[in-house]
Amino acid sequence: MGALQSQSDHHEYVDLAQKTGFSFEQIGVLHKRFKQLSHDEETLRRDHFNEIPDLACNPIRAQIIGAFFDRRNYRQNSEGTVEEIDFENFLVVMSHFRPPSLHLTEEQRDNVRREKLRFLFNMHDTDNDGTITLEEYRHVVEELLSRSGALGKETAKSIADAAMLEVASISMGHMEPDEFYEGITFEHFFKLLKGFEIESKMNIHFWNMDTSTLCK
Amino acid sequence: MAVSPQFVRGSSSAFLTCLLLFTTFVSVSVVAGENNGTWGDRSRVLQVAEKKGEEVADSSVTHHQSNSSEHKKVFPVLSFNYDHVRTPFEISLWILLALLMKLGFHIIPRVSNVVPESCLLIVVGLLVGGIIKAIGEEAPVLDAKLFFLYLLPPIILDAGYFLPIRHFMENMGTILVFAVVGTLWNAFFVGGMMYAVCQIEGAQLGEVDLLSCLLFGSIISAVDPVAVLAVFEEIHINELLHILVFGESLLNDAVTVVLYHLFEEFSHAGTVTIGDALLGVVCFLVVSLGGILVGFFYGILGAFTSRFTSHTRVIEPLFVFLYSYMAYLSAEVFHLSGIMSLIACGVMMRPYVEANISHKSYTTIKYFLKMWSSVSETLIFIFLGVSTVAGPHAWNWTFVVFTVVICLVSRVLGVIGLTYVINKFRIVKLTKKDQFIVAYGGLRGAIAFSLGFLLTNSQMKNMFLTAIITVIFFTVFVQGMTIRPLVELLAVKKKKESKGSINEEIHTQFLDHLLTGIEDICGHYGHHHWKDKLNRFNKTYVKRLLIAGDRSTEPQLISFYNKLEMKQAMMLVESGSAAKLPTVVSSVSVQNIQPKDSTRRRAIPSISKSREQEIRKILRANLQKTRQRLRSYSRHDLMMDPFEDNLSEVRFRKQRVEMERRMSHYLTVPANRQETTPVRKVCFEPEHKVFTYITDGESPKGRTSRPHPSSPDAVSLLYEESQRDNQRSVLRAKGDTELRAKTLDNQEQQEQQEEEQVKLSRCLSDPGPNKDEEGDGSFHS
Repeated sequence: MGALQSQSDHHEYVDLAQKTGFSFEQIGVLHKRFKQLSHDEETLRRDHFNEIPDLACNPIRAQIIGAFFDRRNYRQNSEGTVEEIDFENFLVVMSHFRPPSLHLTEEQRDNVRREKLRFLFNMHDTDNDGTITLEEYRHVVEELLSRSGALGKETAKSIADAAMLEVASISMGHMEPDEFYEGITFEHFFKLLKGFEIESKMNIHFWNMDTSTLCK
Repeated sequence: MAVSPQFVRGSSSAFLTCLLLFTTFVSVSVVAGENNGTWGDRSRVLQVAEKKGEEVADSSVTHHQSNSSEHKKVFPVLSFNYDHVRTPFEISLWILLALLMKLGFHIIPRVSNVVPESCLLIVVGLLVGGIIKAIGEEAPVLDAKLFFLYLLPPIILDAGYFLPIRHFMENMGTILVFAVVGTLWNAFFVGGMMYAVCQIEGAQLGEVDLLSCLLFGSIISAVDPVAVLAVFEEIHINELLHILVFGESLLNDAVTVVLYHLFEEFSHAGTVTIGDALLGVVCFLVVSLGGILVGFFYGILGAFTSRFTSHTRVIEPLFVFLYSYMAYLSAEVFHLSGIMSLIACGVMMRPYVEANISHKSYTTIKYFLKMWSSVSETLIFIFLGVSTVAGPHAWNWTFVVFTVVICLVSRVLGVIGLTYVINKFRIVKLTKKDQFIVAYGGLRGAIAFSLGFLLTNSQMKNMFLTAIITVIFFTVFVQGMTIRPLVELLAVKKKKESKGSINEEIHTQFLDHLLTGIEDICGHYGHHHWKDKLNRFNKTYVKRLLIAGDRSTEPQLISFYNKLEMKQAMMLVESGSAAKLPTVVSSVSVQNIQPKDSTRRRAIPSISKSREQEIRKILRANLQKTRQRLRSYSRHDLMMDPFEDNLSEVRFRKQRVEMERRMSHYLTVPANRQETTPVRKVCFEPEHKVFTYITDGESPKGRTSRPHPSSPDAVSLLYEESQRDNQRSVLRAKGDTELRAKTLDNQEQQEQQEEEQVKLSRCLSDPGPNKDEEGDGSFHS
């Protein structure tokens, strides 16, 4: 979108609200945070994210930040990465974490689930080839265990192997010894985490009031 | 059960007859005990009647002496002295009766599907009480002291120790609102309405004043954990609803305690001022927070103690039980909430204790808790039935009917109103179905009865007790019986069968970190942020203090993974019979997922597929043989630590040695763990893979390997499996000093021995590792 207006101008927000499903108040709060993070610039860059102190001790920080700059998450069916994002894309990425509304049909719930799982999938599939290979999965587990030092690296490999094996067993059932399982496609991923009920877990609370006064 | 129905019916009817005879025997013994002394007064069965025992003994002694003064008595070959063992005898008899009843219900399949166990037990209690009364004796009543000190703690400890923490914490706000505000609302609404009812002319209830009604309301308003557990356990609804109702029943104890004491004090005084009400609020905070603090204190003590129990594994479970019981009793000393203290103690202790204790102790704790809570629950319900028959009743139609109706109404109103408010703050809202189940699941139970029993004002006590019993019966029978078909009818989500998927665990952790990160980016400190902070605090400080050895730094994912592997190994051992390995759904093995890279040269010559099949067949056949052989090994072959799962480990070790002598095609040599003498254990994945782990001789649950903290770059992979094995061999070949420095001597020796064997077998079968090779799985199929 164009230049970001002040909070009282709802004309811009109507569009955004429609696109992302946030309410005006929530968009206002997030906008304020955006400006705070970007030091009142128009766009956010990666180093702005790196400045957030709380994020520093997060083991998967790189992936989280990467997700914001990943065009696959912008719901525009495009690919690749960008170097800086504006408020609209920021909001679109955030909207993946909006809780689903109370009354949904089965199909709608399925769509929500798909969307959230798609976000996770994109986070794992770093080379954007549509599958999560063993290497990529190993990387994920390594990052999770990265705080345990070199201790974690070896077990990470075997954990990732075991996990991959599980996926293959669930998705493929029977495989001949010389068949090769290329990687987890999105459909397999969806099937794998079907029972996980991600639509009720992958949410955070977006308050209507500004509660960010204390945090940086 | 593959038993023919006729047999079952025949046996069950025979069983029932035996049961009936048995109950008669119980009551007769009660009578016999009574009549054995010269004193005619009755006493309660389960009170420790030492005084009476002494009196009776005295009487028989004097009797004896008077006899002997007359003539020399013939030496009694056989004599009957029942008083000597009377109290423990009767206690055991009652418990035995209760358990036989429980056994009986599960033999009769039709009944146990329709009627929840609690109802059946109450009916049995009614029967027994009826028999006792028919004989003319006084039946034992559920003594409040007995209930609160002996029967209730095991159930609460069992619930608290195995509380699903994650769900509990996630819904803590909702649970607290239901427990505190909901119970307050219930108490005041019921009390107020009953007072209004008592003002109705013609009900003969004029003398019941407001405070008594409020007291009554506070007793009857609390949802009972015992009843909820008993009923909800059988219907398997989803975890959210279960934890909501159950959590509420646990946490409302503080409110009940405070309200009860408040109103009881003031029912003597007659009036309540604002100051008193404020003091009541303060008292509530003190009671609940104090109870929790006491529980935490004992929990930390227990966790700390378990850090040092590695040499005395046998008494580990006792520490858990005793510390928890002490927490309960200590809280009761100060009139704090004993239930909350017990829950807090169990919750606090559990993660650290489980990391420290052995697998056998863990199993012992689990089964003892289940056993005690099961016995307690059974006894409680039976006694409830007996007390119903025994107790003095004052039936007042108006009072009782209105109580039941008003309780129901207040519960429904309370839940609906509170949910409306709560849903504004919840991410996952509660639907109407959820609300219905929460309202319908508000069962009353023995706690209400015991509290009513403790009332001192006998004038209204009987009437209150009658009403309480009616409400309990109504909720347990009507609501308990109908909740299962209603759950089916409304298609409420059931508990999902979780098979411990490693993927789900990975994603749970991933999601935790992701959501924390997003919250940080958004800039507000939400639920995830604080949870993350708590976890980090836990990891850096608390775990180091309370967990012994290396386990303190083990990340959660790794412990989960180890647990899973262990479980699979145990499953394979237990499926036991050599003839069939467990049938596997998929034949996917590791080689299917390892990327084949044509640029990497294979280190060992390829084996044709048919040869490979042959080899697999040979290996499997020999596995079966060794398994059969190992069964007959005596205990002397078991090694140092007699308290571990050594049988399977030894079996595995022998098998592994066997396997290594053949093809080392599928083997892995495990990484080592820097503790005392390692024990090797083989874990079999379905069909193809074989893992081998070195486990610490005293590790909890036979924990599996520590991966080796050495540079991963010096790896050249030889086998299908992970690189750990090669690391060790390569490093050993290189004589890595870092490795040596970290291992203990005897461990190293043992490893070296095995290592020679492995090396030997390797040399025999294939050339050594190619040091130019890099990284991950290059192999063939």
